[in-house]
Amino acid sequence: MTAHLVGDTAALTGRSLKHVTRSLDTVITTAVMPIAFLLLFVFVFGGAIDTGREAYVDYLLPGILLIPVATGVSFTAYRLFQDKQNGIFERFRSLPIARSSVLWAHVLTSLVANAVSLVVVLAVALLIGFRSPAGPLAWLAAAGIVLLVTLALTWLAVIPGLLATTPDGASAFSYPLVLLPFISSAFVPTASMPGPVRWFAEHQPVTPIVNALRDLLAGRAADGELGIALAWTVGILLIAFAIATALFRRRAV
Amino acid sequence: MTLTAPAVRVHGLEKSYGDLRVLRGVDLDVAPGTVLALLGSNGAGKTTLIRILTTLLAADGGTAEVAGHDVRRAAAAVRESLSLTGQSAAVDEVLTGRENLVLGARLRHQPDPGAVADDLLARFSLVEAGGRRVATWSGGMRRRLDIAMSLIGEPPVVLLDEPTTGLDPEARIEVWDAVRALAASGTTVLLTTQHLEEAEQLADRIAILHEGRVLVSGTLAELQALLPPAEVRTVEQKPTLEDVFLALVGTRTPAVAGREQQEKEEGR
Repeated sequence: MTAHLVGDTAALTGRSLKHVTRSLDTVITTAVMPIAFLLLFVFVFGGAIDTGREAYVDYLLPGILLIPVATGVSFTAYRLFQDKQNGIFERFRSLPIARSSVLWAHVLTSLVANAVSLVVVLAVALLIGFRSPAGPLAWLAAAGIVLLVTLALTWLAVIPGLLATTPDGASAFSYPLVLLPFISSAFVPTASMPGPVRWFAEHQPVTPIVNALRDLLAGRAADGELGIALAWTVGILLIAFAIATALFRRRAV
Repeated sequence: MTLTAPAVRVHGLEKSYGDLRVLRGVDLDVAPGTVLALLGSNGAGKTTLIRILTTLLAADGGTAEVAGHDVRRAAAAVRESLSLTGQSAAVDEVLTGRENLVLGARLRHQPDPGAVADDLLARFSLVEAGGRRVATWSGGMRRRLDIAMSLIGEPPVVLLDEPTTGLDPEARIEVWDAVRALAASGTTVLLTTQHLEEAEQLADRIAILHEGRVLVSGTLAELQALLPPAEVRTVEQKPTLEDVFLALVGTRTPAVAGREQQEKEEGR
């Protein structure tokens, strides 16, 4: 069966991507909120936030990049739920295909859809003055981190997609994901926060990820933070992947 | 007696959900190239049986074989030999009809998915609609596409799970025609239904599933012979409500009603 894994995944990814291209609103909605935050924080709140010598838009962008991913993966949960609900899942699973291709197709589709949203957000950031002195290698590293975060959150999204009993239940898990960047170093330096909040902000995954991205895009060495960021991301990825595939297998007999 | 092995063989099949015993020792054989209708009310265990045969669910006891392959030990071979259609399977509404068929052909690893799709669109009179999204199709067209999907790769056994549930009378006749075409091509069909008329219309043999067991199975004549012969009465032949409905709204006039009408006119 695994001989067909690549071909089956390609066929199913093609199908799933058509769902995205035929409802482009999902990609646009995903990009609209982070763009609104970007404009709001740069032109309204940003003047009152002290980020030292760094321009606020340069400080803000790395954190903004996580928001479309946090909302975008909820569409994976939603599409998975729909497939489970309307019987498409049953049909696929009664076919002689590599079974895990059903999940991988949704995961790969999420990577592509989120990449498109990210490019749109980045283009708006460049328009309003975001500049990066970073070289191609640092950009590549930053893109790699965002891709890894997307992969981890997508596998996390597979879990509610498989378990949910209502469409709202499938996508509700992403609300806390969207809030996490606000209680991190994404919008304001953590030094300005009161004790317990600051402690939380400095010990949750978004802060090291944002700090690592910020260092890379500012052309600085991302020494300490990068390791912590990768540890968090890979840890979430492995745990989410293990739970999601176990759930999928249990349901597939 | 026939020497060919049954295309579907079920023996002593049991399945419980907690305390609820859904299947209590089901025995069922379907001979190759025949249509068997599995008749039962809601909750009789029809869909559970179908899910076990399609390897989507594991039985608690007993055996089930499809085309000679055990559903538990040779699940992959079973999935190669059968296809599932009907209430528990679906077509993708976002894709066009042709895209659904091409996807199905790719997943059944056909060498030329496009040609398979075009051939099936033609066979099921869906060529015109083929380029439109399935979301815009009527219920009858969707079920026809669903049945067309199950023919990709010509699996020897097709399971139709309540193929006409929720369809209007005209669409139901469309689906019946599609099932007859399927049977004529030599495919073994196991069909579940709640509609007695559907079983009469389509099946070579009928099995009645009730409270998790097959009560009786046989040809329509054999089942009719179980009851005392019908009393002969002279009654005025009235068209059924279905005849009236189809004559008023349908493009098809039922053949029988049409003939009766003709005879009546000639008699005058």
